[in-house]
This record gives sequence, C-alpha cells and structure tokens, in this order.
Amino acid sequence: MKSIIALLFSLLSLPALAAGGGHPLDKAPVDLKNTVSLQRGAQAFASYCSGCHSLSYMRYSRLTDIGLTEEQIKSYLLPTNAKTGDVMSIALRPEDAKAWFGVVPPDLSVEARSRGSDWIYTYMRTFYRDDSRPTGWNNLAYPNVGMPHVLYDLQGQQEWQTDSEGHGGKLVQVAAGTLAPAEYDALVGDITNYLTWVAEPARSDRIRMGFFVIGFLLILLVLVYALKKEYWKDVK
Amino acid sequence: MSRIEALRGWVDARFPLTAMWKEHIGEYYAPKNFNFWYYFGALALLVLIIQIVTGIFLTMNYKPDAAHAFASVEYIMRDVSWGWLIRYMHSTGASMFFVVVYLHMFRALIYGSYRAPRELIWIIGVVIYLALMAEAFMGYLLPWGQMSYWGAQVIVNLFAAVPFIGEDLSLWIRGDYVVSDATLNRFFAFHVIALPIVLLGLVVVHIIALHEVGSNNPDGVDIKKNKDPKTGIPRDGIPFHPYYTVKDMVGATVFLIIFSAIVFWAPEMGGYFLEANNFIPADPLKTPEHIAPVWYFTPYYSILRAVPPLFGSQFPGVALMGAAVLILFFVPWLDRAPVNSIRYRGPLYKRWLAAFVVSFVVLGYLGIEPTGVWGNFPDAMPVLGGTPVATLVAQIGTAIYFLFFLLMPWYTARDSYKPVPERVTS
Repeated sequence: MKSIIALLFSLLSLPALAAGGGHPLDKAPVDLKNTVSLQRGAQAFASYCSGCHSLSYMRYSRLTDIGLTEEQIKSYLLPTNAKTGDVMSIALRPEDAKAWFGVVPPDLSVEARSRGSDWIYTYMRTFYRDDSRPTGWNNLAYPNVGMPHVLYDLQGQQEWQTDSEGHGGKLVQVAAGTLAPAEYDALVGDITNYLTWVAEPARSDRIRMGFFVIGFLLILLVLVYALKKEYWKDVK
Repeated sequence: MSRIEALRGWVDARFPLTAMWKEHIGEYYAPKNFNFWYYFGALALLVLIIQIVTGIFLTMNYKPDAAHAFASVEYIMRDVSWGWLIRYMHSTGASMFFVVVYLHMFRALIYGSYRAPRELIWIIGVVIYLALMAEAFMGYLLPWGQMSYWGAQVIVNLFAAVPFIGEDLSLWIRGDYVVSDATLNRFFAFHVIALPIVLLGLVVVHIIALHEVGSNNPDGVDIKKNKDPKTGIPRDGIPFHPYYTVKDMVGATVFLIIFSAIVFWAPEMGGYFLEANNFIPADPLKTPEHIAPVWYFTPYYSILRAVPPLFGSQFPGVALMGAAVLILFFVPWLDRAPVNSIRYRGPLYKRWLAAFVVSFVVLGYLGIEPTGVWGNFPDAMPVLGGTPVATLVAQIGTAIYFLFFLLMPWYTARDSYKPVPERVTS
C-alpha cells in the first residue's frame, strides 16, 4: 500500500520539461532578498527595456516592497504624467510596434513564470551576430527572435562559431562592449532578478508565511493527536 | 432545564435537529478498525469546502470576460489583499481534490466498498467523480491562459468526433465556432453555480446512502451481524462522534500540512498544478507546440491517443475514453468474489489490481508527455517500425485498464479465498 502512495505522489513531482529552444539554460542568479540587485534591475529595466516592454499588471507604488521610497520612485522611475498608483504601461502603441518591428513586444509581467528566470537570463546573454536576420542578430534561447540585441553596446558582439563540419558551436566574443563580461552578467542577472520579483511580488511573503502556517499546524497536530489518543483509550 | 436545552426542545418540536445529529454523527456507529485509507472521504469534504469558500472570494474580483479574465487573475495575485493566497488555495485545491478522490476510489476497490449493499453509494460516487471532472475542466478555462484556451478547444473538439451530431454538439457546447467569450461566460456559470449545486446535492445523497447501510471496513465484515442484544449496538462499532471526529482532525491536520507546503512553497508544483504556458494570455491565433491536459485527466487523454483513428474519425478513441470512466458504474456487478476485502482475496485479484494501478500511473505519465517521449521503434522493424514507443506502451496500458474490469467476472470467480473472520481484526 505504502509503495502505491509513493508511486502516486512521485507522479506529481516529476520535473517539468524545460521550455523549448533546445539550448541548455544557464542558472540565473535569482535572490529576492537582495533588494540592491532588485533596485538595480528596476532601474536597468526602466532604462533599457521599458521603451518597448510594458509590465502592465505591476504598479509603480509596489516598488516600495523592494526598498524604494515614494520619492525615489517619483524622481527616478516614474514617466512624466504617470502617478505612483499607475500600472507600468508604455506609450508604444501595438499597431505602431507591429508596423515598425513586425511583432508586438510582449508584456513581461509574468514572463518569469511562463518562460522561467533561467530562460530570461540565458536569452539576454546569448545574442549573436547573424547577418541573415533582418535585425542582424540572432539568439540561442529564442532562435530567429524578432528583437535586436538592445544591450549590445554594453555586452559587445558575439559570434556563433562552429568547426568546419558545422558541429560543436560556441559563442565567441568578437568585439568588446563597455562592460566587462562579468559586469554584463551581473547587470543581466539584476534585470532577471527584478523580472522574477515582478512576476510574483508576493513570493517572498508567501515563502516566509509558510513557516508560520506549517509551524502552527505542527503544534496543532501534536494537540489533536494527544486528543485522539485520549479518546481512543477506551476503544478495544 | 437550562435555557440551551429549552431552545433545543423548541427546535426539535419543529425540526428533527437532535434526531439528525444522532443518526448521522452522535449515534452513527462506524467500524472501529478504519485505517489510513478511511481518511479520504472526510478529506474530500474538507477540500470541497475549501474550494467553495475560496471560490466565493475569487468570484468577487474575477471577471468572466475574454478581454479581462487573464488580467483580473493577475489583479487578484497582486492588488487584492491576500488574493494570492486565495487563488493558490483554489488552484492547489483543484489538484488535491483529485489526489484525495483517486485515493478514496482506490480504497473502495481494495476493500470492496462498492459491493452489495453499497452499490448505490458507489454509483453516486462515480457520478460525483464525473461532475468533479466537468467542474475542473470548466474551471480550468477561467484564467484564460494559453493552456486554458487550447485545452478547452481540444476537449470540446472531442465531442465533434461523435458521428452525425458531433459538429452541432460541439457548437452547442461552445456557443461559438471557436472557444470564445461566449464559452468563457457559460463555463463560468457552470463552474460557479450549476456544478457546485449538483456536487453538494450528490455529496449529501452519497452520505445519506452510506449511513443507511453503514460503513464498510478493511476486513469487509458486516458489523451489524454482531450486535449487543441489550443495546442493539454493533459490538465492533463506535460512535462517529467523538471517535472519528477526533481521528479525522488528525488526518485533516496532516493533510493541511501537505496542502500548505504546496500553497506556500510550491504552488506551481513543478508545472503540474499551475502550468507555465498558462501564464501566457490566451491567443486564438497561436497554437502551443504541445497541448496536454492537467495531470488528473492525463490517464484518459493517453487512452484517447492510444487508439488509432478509424476511417479518418477520432471517434473510437473518444468512445474508449468515455468508456474508461463509464465502466466504473458496472464494477459492483463485475465482481463475483465471495469476500469484500483484499485481505481475504487471492493472488489473481491482487495481481490484476497491481497491474491496473501501474497502467493507470503510466497512462497518466504518458498523457503529460508528447508521444515521442520515449523515441520511436527503428524503421527497419516489421509492424512496429516508426511508431513511437510511448504509443505502444499506452496501448498496452489501455488494454490492461479495460481487462482489469472486463475480466473481473472471470478472475474473481476462479480466485482462491481466505476465510473471513466473524468480527473485525484490529
């Protein structure tokens, strides 16, 4: 009987398959307790990403959760005419985006939940030069992506090099960017961390609260078990 | 006479309050030898209550509108106070409902709880299971993510495979030519009103039928055959309250610990309770690469995929999938054993049951994965060449699933049995 239960439960815990693409994903340095990283990520996202990508389920005021004050939000992150209670929408209209880029840049509010943090991190690190693409860029995590490498002046340029038979490809840095590779990885890591937080801002609370709830239930278990023992003494 | 007693007397003169309490709780005598498997009925009731209460609160902020549904769920997750907790309790509750119900049904199989005089309890239980499947399926559309949308599209299209009336039938279910706002609205109505009423009514009938004939037990012994002549109380029976109320409190607490661990630490459950693809808003123009139902439907989905189309029609697979559930209704009459419990059954039944459980789990696993999960047989191979290994395994699993039921009259009639004791063993 016990083994049957174990079987049923093991069915539930089988690891999920990584989302398509085929390229192995790098582990993203996600740490939701690191508010400095989250703040840097918020700032980098506002500078480099939010021209095209909205976070339309997220409100600016929620940034107080990662240690920013209302004043800081107003002076550094809030676009003109926006209020702190507004959601992080963008001015780019979908029909314009469609005409200019061929695709509408997706909203990234829950990107870290649909594709995963590791995917975002890998995606931002694996752009490479590909002259066959209209943008001149291609990507390992998202082959033939419509988005150009927005951070290329920071990362520099990479090429996808294979041996003469087309096997064993690897990314090779062919032009340096303004950031050293480690600095670039840290920046991309911060953005990934931020997007992970944005995807589920209640996550840290949820995990912390779990300890209290389960702690309470464990104490309750001791009590109800003692109660059951006491009542069942007379059942022979 | 105290005031409380006076009030009770006043009510009892007008409504059988004390009589009902005695009949169903205070003086309902249950066998004293219930084991681990007897927690899941009460736990199913607990999950039903969790689903109804969290569902009420979700409805306060959810918008059944194709243009707003996805965003309203994210609104609940972010802007509604404790919304994330309510939503995760509801999503975890959906999956845990099936975990508990599957274990409850398995209990009935091993201890023969479906056998005379409990056939009606079993039949009502299967109807509850069907209603629960409909409830889960319609609820799954409401978040309006990609998996919600395409899952519903695939399942409703199954009805289109029914000969002659199929196309009209699927159109009638959807209310449109594709899954759309009209579908979302009617599924919402069924999910929050129609099916919960049906479920609650059926649960009441299930319990009344149970209390009419009395509970079975791990020995399958009828405790009413051995009553104390003075009191008329079964010697092996104990009143449900307080004995089983306190025991079920222990079971409920252990269950809530597991439930909370999922809600607080792993609400997605590795993509099985909340699928990654469902965090992408529904897009009628973009079919996901791999559409799989939620884990609790996957054994049946595997059966559907295992059957090759006949004359270009998927109907045989659809019919077999339906038959896989409907065959449960006949179990009380398929079993010819002279005993109830697996404890006194012979090796034949035990082997068939083990094969059934393994095939159910394997079918469940294969239903989650694409058919290519275990690769293909080499092309050079005769007959099987080129077919996916998983398809063959699913076909064998499907055969075992049905043979467990169809051969039951045969193997239960010729199995060897152990003598059943007069009274329950402890």
